[in-house]
Amino acid sequence: MPNKKITKNLKNFPGHADLNHYFMFILQIVVGLLVLLLWELGSGTIVDSFLISEPSSIFKRLYGWIATKSIWIHIWATLYSTIIGFFIGTIAGVIAGICLALSPFFSRLLNPFIWALNASPKVALAPLFILWFGLGIESKIALAAVLVVFLVFVSTYAGVKQVDPDLVDTVKLMGASKFQILTKVILPDATPWIYVGIQSAIPYALIGTIIGEMIASNRGLGYLVQRSGSEFDTAGVFASLIVISLIGVVLNQVFALIQARSQKWKLISR
Amino acid sequence: MPSLLNMIELQSLGKTFYKDKSNLEVVSNISLTFKANSFTALIGPSGCGKSTLLNMIAGLYKPTSGDILYNGKQIVGVNTDVGYMTQKDNLLPWRTILDNVALPLEIAGVPKKQRHEQARYILQQVDLSGFENKYSSELSGGMRKRACLARMLLYKPKILLLDEPFAALDAQLRIAMHELLLRLWEEYKQTIILVTHDLIEAVSLADRVIVFSPRPASVAFQKEVDLARPRDVLQVRFTKEFQNIHNTIWDYLQQQYAADRLTYAK
Repeated sequence: MPNKKITKNLKNFPGHADLNHYFMFILQIVVGLLVLLLWELGSGTIVDSFLISEPSSIFKRLYGWIATKSIWIHIWATLYSTIIGFFIGTIAGVIAGICLALSPFFSRLLNPFIWALNASPKVALAPLFILWFGLGIESKIALAAVLVVFLVFVSTYAGVKQVDPDLVDTVKLMGASKFQILTKVILPDATPWIYVGIQSAIPYALIGTIIGEMIASNRGLGYLVQRSGSEFDTAGVFASLIVISLIGVVLNQVFALIQARSQKWKLISR
Repeated sequence: MPSLLNMIELQSLGKTFYKDKSNLEVVSNISLTFKANSFTALIGPSGCGKSTLLNMIAGLYKPTSGDILYNGKQIVGVNTDVGYMTQKDNLLPWRTILDNVALPLEIAGVPKKQRHEQARYILQQVDLSGFENKYSSELSGGMRKRACLARMLLYKPKILLLDEPFAALDAQLRIAMHELLLRLWEEYKQTIILVTHDLIEAVSLADRVIVFSPRPASVAFQKEVDLARPRDVLQVRFTKEFQNIHNTIWDYLQQQYAADRLTYAK
């Protein structure tokens, strides 16, 4: 706590925070440009450009995709599976986390199975999902959801377990029903934990979708990566990766915004 | 006359915690009665089992042996007529003070406008007007205590269990809280059981002081406090009667201490 106060005071120093902020931003751009420049210069001289392409052709490819509007169908397909898979996984993870955390019997009973499932490489389920759900979007959604569900489950479980039993007793004495205890104490108290799980799950929803698309699909950014690779189109692979990363950043930012709005009291207590 | 009733009756109450293979007897064979609208103070060494006793009276813990009667009936589950205040202020940090204080009414299903109105009124009584929209982390320790008191009073519990609620406060604030408590008690006429380490606090507030033995807790000593009401918390401690009662209990505590020291020395 005292450390937090000191940094807060430093930040309050006039101009210090702003200066730091802008300086860092400029530095980040400089580093990015420097890498691109080295890449551009190194490609074809130090390393074969067939292997690493070069930024100029990557951006040309990106521009081409955007100009012909062919990229949108892929972005849409990936976004759709990612978001649907993310929601299904999150809802299932939160519900399972709450149920097991509140039921000592079932959490003990299922504990070894959950950890065994969690330890297994879930990406390896992709062929099964394609078998079960077909080549369409459903298998991608399933893969995204299964990657998300464990992360959200674990953090929700931990969040519900750390709820202060004294707070629960306090509302019990006020005559609260089980449902009221859940909605008025347990869920709000576990929310920061659940958010951590959800936030860390966002990139995994995207990864699940991309892997599903790479294995069997006819659209989506994963398919684009796969197709470009098989055509030895290195610039296309990199261009797809850039789009994927951008989607990841945007999704993360959207979530951070939602989170900041719903946790006003946390900001105040800082 | 309800005031003649024994509101709470403990009949040879005992509590043992079983952990792995070791047993820990915390409360042993306590028989006590608490009349309606009475104010009882419990003192005893730290960790002697006073809080466990309160948890049992609230219905949060089940006794291992014996019975607890509330208005002549055995307690089953949590007793929602109880208002419980502990050392810790159990305010919900994600709620404003107003919403924290209004929580018991919210649980009872009182509409928002009405419950906020009542919460504002009670906050005014504990001198917290103007802090309705703050969060508990923005309040000082004393303010949080007063908010807890306000919240507890709002749902009009018939019993107040106070577990060292003022222990962490400074001397002035503690006296202010004592005055507030006595004032509200006169108005709402609850039955109060106060656990404290502070003998002056116990004697200046209560009708009766009960001293517990070291763990497992059992009643070691009782003393009626027949000081006139209403009491001036600041002045009552300087009266002759107060001194007499205080000294009687103090002598007992001293003997107990000396005896304990002997057993520890062995």
